[in-house]
Amino acid sequence: MIDMSLFLEVCVDIAFALLSISFIIIVYRIATGPTLPDRILALDMMVAVAIGFIATFGVRSGFYLYVDIAIALGLVGFLSTVAFARFVLARGSTEDSAIGRKDGGADR
Amino acid sequence: MMEGVMDLVVGVLLVVGAFFALVAAIGLVRLDDVYMRMHAASKAGTLGSGVLLLALAVDSQELDVVTRAIAGLVFFMLTAPISAHLLARAAYLVGYRPCKATYRDALADTIVKPEGLGQPETQADDGEDAKYTH
Repeated sequence: MIDMSLFLEVCVDIAFALLSISFIIIVYRIATGPTLPDRILALDMMVAVAIGFIATFGVRSGFYLYVDIAIALGLVGFLSTVAFARFVLARGSTEDSAIGRKDGGADR
Repeated sequence: MMEGVMDLVVGVLLVVGAFFALVAAIGLVRLDDVYMRMHAASKAGTLGSGVLLLALAVDSQELDVVTRAIAGLVFFMLTAPISAHLLARAAYLVGYRPCKATYRDALADTIVKPEGLGQPETQADDGEDAKYTH
């Protein structure tokens, strides 16, 4: 019979490892994202991964108060994404957008 | 015995949620343009963080924590499509075009562009002060 608390510890470690790899990949996308909406989308995704990280840390530490922090972080992430979208809309056309390209290709 | 079953459920939920977050992050790198990346980020990413919050709720087994975790999950499920829609709409209106792998641009004929945005040949007459302020 496998000890279930040991199983939970191993699962928490695996979850931390996968979430850390996700953080690194998302930071790569934020750094090298060709356009501004790519970076905004990666920041939004990073907030989602941070919420998952906080929930996993709540399972490990036993402090279930962390769910409040996760909810507050989700609210801040949603509002910042909305504000960034309005900023993209208000900024209008810039030279790094694909306006006027006849080939219709996105920036790579 | 009951704690063993609960630990099993929590462990499986944690690994599944983290796996979905990793899939979303890989999709964020592998896909080609911002509209494709939105599929990965706003669906798999939200599912990943939601499943991890559900794992916290199952692990606590207290009514207040379960209620707050479910409320947070519902909040994320409601706000993720809204923010993705706003970002996609802003990016499309400003002029970021889909990549060539998108064979058909279904929004090209149907979307209503505000004055001052869109193709440069349509905004040449109104001048620069007709920006989209909404």
